[in-house]
Amino acid sequence: MGGRDAKMVLLDENGIRCDGRKIDEPRKIVIKAGGLKNADGSAYIEFGDNKILVGVFGPRDVHPKHMSDTDTGILRVRYHMEPFSVDERKRPAPSRREIEISKVIKEALEPAVMLENFPRTAVDVFIEILQADGGTRCAALTAASVALADAGIPMRDMVAAIASGKVADTVILDVNNEEDQAGQADMPIGYMPSLEKITLLQLDGVLTPEEYKKCVEVGVEGCKIVYELQKKALNDKYFGKKGD
Amino acid sequence: MADKRKYVIPGDVVTTGPFRPEQNVILDGNKIIATAVGISEIYDDSVKVIPLAGKYIPKINDLVIGKVNSHTSLSWEVDVNSCYVGFLPAQDVFGRDFSAHADELTSKLKTGDLVAARIANFDRTRDPLITIGDRDLGKIDSGELVEISPSKVPRLIGKRGSMIQMIEEGTEAAITIGQNGWVVVSCESPEGLLKAKKAIQMVNEQAHVANLTDQIKDMLDKKGES
Repeated sequence: MGGRDAKMVLLDENGIRCDGRKIDEPRKIVIKAGGLKNADGSAYIEFGDNKILVGVFGPRDVHPKHMSDTDTGILRVRYHMEPFSVDERKRPAPSRREIEISKVIKEALEPAVMLENFPRTAVDVFIEILQADGGTRCAALTAASVALADAGIPMRDMVAAIASGKVADTVILDVNNEEDQAGQADMPIGYMPSLEKITLLQLDGVLTPEEYKKCVEVGVEGCKIVYELQKKALNDKYFGKKGD
Repeated sequence: MADKRKYVIPGDVVTTGPFRPEQNVILDGNKIIATAVGISEIYDDSVKVIPLAGKYIPKINDLVIGKVNSHTSLSWEVDVNSCYVGFLPAQDVFGRDFSAHADELTSKLKTGDLVAARIANFDRTRDPLITIGDRDLGKIDSGELVEISPSKVPRLIGKRGSMIQMIEEGTEAAITIGQNGWVVVSCESPEGLLKAKKAIQMVNEQAHVANLTDQIKDMLDKKGES
């Protein structure tokens, strides 16, 4: 958002990016399942400098009543950025962008959750962005899926997410804030690793058909890395050190 | 059987082949996929996952502990720690000759009362119908409510009731376990009550530990001597 150095080197001649990563290297990711006592399920993720907390409630009564569906349970997602999550204070009211991301994350989770066994109920997912540094939607989706599993919501598969993109005419994995602002393309991908299905695919920027394919490939590989960490988070909480 | 047990998370392939999917698993092609965090068990012809998290979903004939929420002139609404509220019709308590004019519902059950009830009927179109007109059911007059995760109830009961028997014998407490994760403990001696509550909480927190029975036994014995 303004004031960025236009001449910043996003990718140097050795293939090292502005934050010292290689082109196919994600940022440091730490996921923790549980942590919130009052929520039915919760998760905390640190995705590079992103810090996100997710709480899940449900299945529970739907309020307002008219939203309930007699055939199936419904999923409701709120993505919210804290006023202190970005450089300049963000007004706390939901913005156009937050409403859109809420919808996008909801639709990315829907293929995974099996709410048809809980008619007339709702599952609420609350995502709080404590600190943002590019790629929050992917990190939020990753954490939300861990929190849903922690809440015991039946799911066909976990959803892992990461963004791929293009900077300096090179396809890269895990776009950070600088690369998002100054780069050529950004493609968030949500992926169900066991079912091998993509649940979220967005693209901001211009790619050739070859680059597009490469981006999807790189993103899916990245999702598999994220998935291993999701698995570890759940294993750590439920099975102690015994989990494989 | 023990070697066929596995820790699974949603999306994990439990096994492949001609098995019947039971609880918390789905069939995708010939793969059987877990849908919950839990422990998978493979039997001769079927596969299931015992969940370690999740809310209570009513099942017909389950014994549950409920808390009276409110009432209308014809029925009570009972919180059964689920996403659905239990529906207890007045006829069930007053008998067939119940009259909405003559009988006052609060004379039998008031808001906040605890009841031991059975799920009489439940399907996806309606809220669970509960009954207290059976032996050992009805209003609970004394005891303390302990809340545990509904998914840990089978562990608290143990194989053929071994765990709960051991706790009851070790503390001389009477324990009523609702399938919904609410447990009522009543005991003559305060120490027994505390010990029983502690044992139940231990099961709740360490349900996945293998030699939990021995640990609980140690705990019960140790406190008894001191």
